[in-house]
Amino acid sequence: MVSSYWEYANPTRFMQTSGWLLPVVAVLAVVTTAVGLIWGFFFTSDDFRQGSTVKILFLHVPSALMAINAWLMMLVVSLIWLIRRHHVSALAAKAAAPVGLAMTVIALFTGAIWGQPMWGTWWVWDPRLTSFLVLFLFYLGYLALWQAIEDPDTAADLTAVLCLVGSVFALLSRYAVFFWSQGLHQGPSLSLQAGERMDMAYKLPLYVAMTGFGLIFVALVLLGTRTEIRARRIKALVARERMG
Amino acid sequence: MMPDLGRYAFEVSAAYIFSLSVLAGLVIWYLARNARMRRDLAEAEERRSRRDG
Repeated sequence: MVSSYWEYANPTRFMQTSGWLLPVVAVLAVVTTAVGLIWGFFFTSDDFRQGSTVKILFLHVPSALMAINAWLMMLVVSLIWLIRRHHVSALAAKAAAPVGLAMTVIALFTGAIWGQPMWGTWWVWDPRLTSFLVLFLFYLGYLALWQAIEDPDTAADLTAVLCLVGSVFALLSRYAVFFWSQGLHQGPSLSLQAGERMDMAYKLPLYVAMTGFGLIFVALVLLGTRTEIRARRIKALVARERMG
Repeated sequence: MMPDLGRYAFEVSAAYIFSLSVLAGLVIWYLARNARMRRDLAEAEERRSRRDG
């Protein structure tokens, strides 16, 4: 069973499987995201304290979640690259980074624009906000490193190491609210522990939006990995042409 | 149909417009890059098959 997973490390097998999987995931992503956001924006009432700004929740939480999870996915596939040298895993990490960066930008922007009316400031050097900003810089650095190195295997090695280092900040972004009590940012919005605060009227559309953002991530990583496999094949063909 | 966003209309609208624009831009960029690589690969494969006979 476990060995069968490694079949997908074969680029040909990956292209075959992702060829039929991608349209399915893409349609599900569009539908789920649209349902979650339309439900959240049009069909939820204002919060008694936050007013209509509560509707920003349906963008802010899913994007923040995916910003962190994208980096953690990159960590897993980077480790696979470092240990087993499967090229598809390195290319999947490269394909995931722009999505993670976009999710981080959305989380930072929606957080700032939500924070202004609620906290009276766009930005504060709160542990969670600061670790998120550092995560954003890590995404930029990660993408820049891929662009800066000509040899793809060396680029994959160095970006994998950068990914391991950046994982500290990805985890910090998620757990900063637990072990730092200072700061304006609230605790986790969703929790399995007793004493949860969020009403079902908000929680259900939020779960749908989170699923939608997750599916967008999966669809774009599949598409991006396919693109990177093609780009690598082009490089190999061009190199062969040059050698005559 | 449009909900009354009250005094936070700017903040909520800006958050949605910005986020949806970023997502749309991201999807368009991925699709465009994929289409370009597809085309370039087809051209490279054709050149190779012509050369190899």
